[in-house]
Amino acid sequence: MKRIIADAEQCMSSGMCALTAPDHFDQDDEDGRVVLLAEEAEDGDGDVADAVRLCPAAALRLEPA
Amino acid sequence: MSAPDTVPYGIPLEREHPFDPPAAVMALHRGAEMRRMRYHPNGELGWLVTSHRLARKVLADTRFSSRLGSPIQAPVPMPGFEAYADFEGDFPVTPGMFIEMDPPDHTRLRRKLTGVFTVKRMKQLEPRIAQHVDDRLDALAAGPRPADLVREFAVPVPSMMICELLGVPYERRERFEADTAAIFTLDAGAEAKGEAVNRLYAFLGELAAAKRETPTDDVLSDLAADPDLADEEVAGLAVLLLVAGHETTAKMLALGALALLEHRDQWDLLRERPELTAGAVEELLRYLSIIHTGLIRQVKADFEFEGHRLKAREYVTVSVQTANRDEAHFTEPDELDVTGDGRGHLTFGHGVHQCLGQQLARMEMRIAFSRLVARFPGLRPAVPLDEVPLVTGQNFYGVAELPVTW
Repeated sequence: MKRIIADAEQCMSSGMCALTAPDHFDQDDEDGRVVLLAEEAEDGDGDVADAVRLCPAAALRLEPA
Repeated sequence: MSAPDTVPYGIPLEREHPFDPPAAVMALHRGAEMRRMRYHPNGELGWLVTSHRLARKVLADTRFSSRLGSPIQAPVPMPGFEAYADFEGDFPVTPGMFIEMDPPDHTRLRRKLTGVFTVKRMKQLEPRIAQHVDDRLDALAAGPRPADLVREFAVPVPSMMICELLGVPYERRERFEADTAAIFTLDAGAEAKGEAVNRLYAFLGELAAAKRETPTDDVLSDLAADPDLADEEVAGLAVLLLVAGHETTAKMLALGALALLEHRDQWDLLRERPELTAGAVEELLRYLSIIHTGLIRQVKADFEFEGHRLKAREYVTVSVQTANRDEAHFTEPDELDVTGDGRGHLTFGHGVHQCLGQQLARMEMRIAFSRLVARFPGLRPAVPLDEVPLVTGQNFYGVAELPVTW
């Protein structure tokens, strides 16, 4: 398992994570910033890895759980 | 080191093929990821970044500023700006125009709008977008053949949608269409561009004042009611949404439709397998890269970057069109493949300035393309490809007209 780290201060509300891995990420209704729906992801979860890669603001990362 | 006379003077815009970046730009990309480039109008030396890797790096690095200033420079000719060459310092801030700002000013203004453009909010807009798309397709079906897909479909769909979202009466589009065109026309001249911006600020400022008195259910009413925003900022945010909200998507819809029609197997694939639509939209954004003049930044202070010594106030142009065709990042980048993975393209930019309205643009394109191929399976261009008029003299590349029949 990997732990998902999201930095809401860095977040620019592009929505790329919510678009790419909607099971793990949502956006705040007021300002669109990242909201985690799950704290962890499976090691082979390609969608979560893509969401991290596609984040324009480098606000997401994965750490060993 | 290159000899001075091998330093390119700006980015060439004329294309050999409607769907491919100019060969001269691709040649620069193959030669080096980052190189010296001279800028219009006075030949100032700056930089050109062409690879996907470095494009991402520059756009994510806040040492490259979006708050531009002297000396006046552009990667493409901008007639009429020579008169301002002796201007010194940062350009005056256009109120509300956060794309020209750095954090924290940028962050403060952008966050006023980010809640409006979330993935969730765009899903809620889906039926409205579908309604506009279907209305235009109905009108197309009932009208004469051939028809111009730009005027009948690609322009009105995003224009109607941003008007509705913002709260601008679409019937008053004569108040913004010509001025929007002037802003994005490279050779419109400094004076005409300035006047167009002023008229748009006046138009949207008046509208915002009216909505402050009598609010309606739209973004402009919300902005007008925000005590933290000055009147000029409200007008500026509205101008930004309006002009960025329809020109870009309109260009992508028409050029995207043409690309699919000229790659008939891809058109048919999309028609037979609608589940490919979301991926097809990413692939079209990557393959067509309508941001052909690039994204511009200015070096804040001297620093070393990728082995180059960058000097304060030097300009850096990030070439989106070459980054999106970078073989080091994409497999077979010169092929249009709607089953491939176009994600990671830089057409919406990267970093803190990445396009605010990208989820709206995606939703509009998904609905528009999927319904176009379903409703008009036999659609075809009414003229040969080399007779389709191209728009190269604007900030966004595209087609001026697209005659189609069925």
